[in-house]
Amino acid sequence: MLSWAINFTAAMICIALILNLWRMVQGPSIQDRILALDTMCINSIALIILYGINMGTGLYFEAALLIAMMGFVSTSALCKYLLRGDLIE
Amino acid sequence: METWLEGIVALILVFGGAFLLIGSIGLVRLPDIYTRLHGPTKATTLGIASLLLVSAVVSSVLQGTISVHELLITLFLLITAPVSANMIAKTAMHHDLPAWKRTQGQELIEPASRQAAPDDHQEERDTKLP
Amino acid sequence: MFTVRESRFLPMPFHSLLLLVVWLLLNNTLAFGHILLALFFGWSIPKLVSILKHGHPTIKKPWLTVRYFFMVMMDIIVANIEVAMMVLGPLKKLQPGFVAIPLDITSDLGVTLLASTISLTPGTVSAEISEDRKWLYVHALHMDDPQELIDQAKKRYEAPLKEILGC
Repeated sequence: MLSWAINFTAAMICIALILNLWRMVQGPSIQDRILALDTMCINSIALIILYGINMGTGLYFEAALLIAMMGFVSTSALCKYLLRGDLIE
Repeated sequence: METWLEGIVALILVFGGAFLLIGSIGLVRLPDIYTRLHGPTKATTLGIASLLLVSAVVSSVLQGTISVHELLITLFLLITAPVSANMIAKTAMHHDLPAWKRTQGQELIEPASRQAAPDDHQEERDTKLP
Repeated sequence: MFTVRESRFLPMPFHSLLLLVVWLLLNNTLAFGHILLALFFGWSIPKLVSILKHGHPTIKKPWLTVRYFFMVMMDIIVANIEVAMMVLGPLKKLQPGFVAIPLDITSDLGVTLLASTISLTPGTVSAEISEDRKWLYVHALHMDDPQELIDQAKKRYEAPLKEILGC
């Protein structure tokens, strides 16, 4: 039952990633693209965690934590750049 | 793993995946940037939290010891999700992105982009200047 | 968190506790060596950076903090289901809007916590704060009455936060 649920959830997350990609390409504004990138980050964390559950190891935890941190830092850096025009004052 | 525990875990997993998908559907379906912010910040946070809960339970059962370090990612995302949403909304307001035509209180975008009080109008200030 | 008096040995007791817990969670262990190392980090890092701090606010009511945390958690789950319904439902019924919430809290931490709570709960995202920190601009996904939303945010989230931080 668990393996079926894992497959089903992975399929849903993949569809979500495709929808995010569509929004990133379509866009109309830069903010939409940043938001789509942020959501893609979170969805890929979910995919990695799911793979970790499937394999039964805790090794993928560090990768997920790193992607979470990098995703947040890149989102805030991009927003800051759009707001101010530079990053370091 | 016992059957009843496996059933509950599978249910939570599908629930979390559904929320991740709903957040992304919101991102595509909603009409303007301000409404689109709601999907990813809320639905996705709950989705990932339930996935991490499942991961903690499964690895605890498989290893025979309690494993809770997945809570760290949940905590981290819970703290950072509102901050990044706030920053994107701020950027959108400063760039004067148009809101959906049915949005109420659209006149608030202009003072907000100058970080002024809502009753502080640009025209009055211009006329007051010598 | 509980001490009001400044101590030279432990300048930031709450941060020390947080570092200890995070270190143990990161290594996912309760081994004696790691507890020793966590105690060392929890003592030394706050001591090193305590020169940089400038008057962080203290938590006046710890039990109210715990209650507030669980209330917000429940609200997050309810809010998520509501938002999911709105996202999947017909777009014609949606009534998004901006409101400006007048703030009573003055401290940095209070405003940050309030804005984050508003972002995570019922269909609202905090977008901008005015320069004099008297107004918080909020975007709501669906609102029938702006005044009702303002009242709810003030009564449900701002009042307990104000009591917790004592300002």
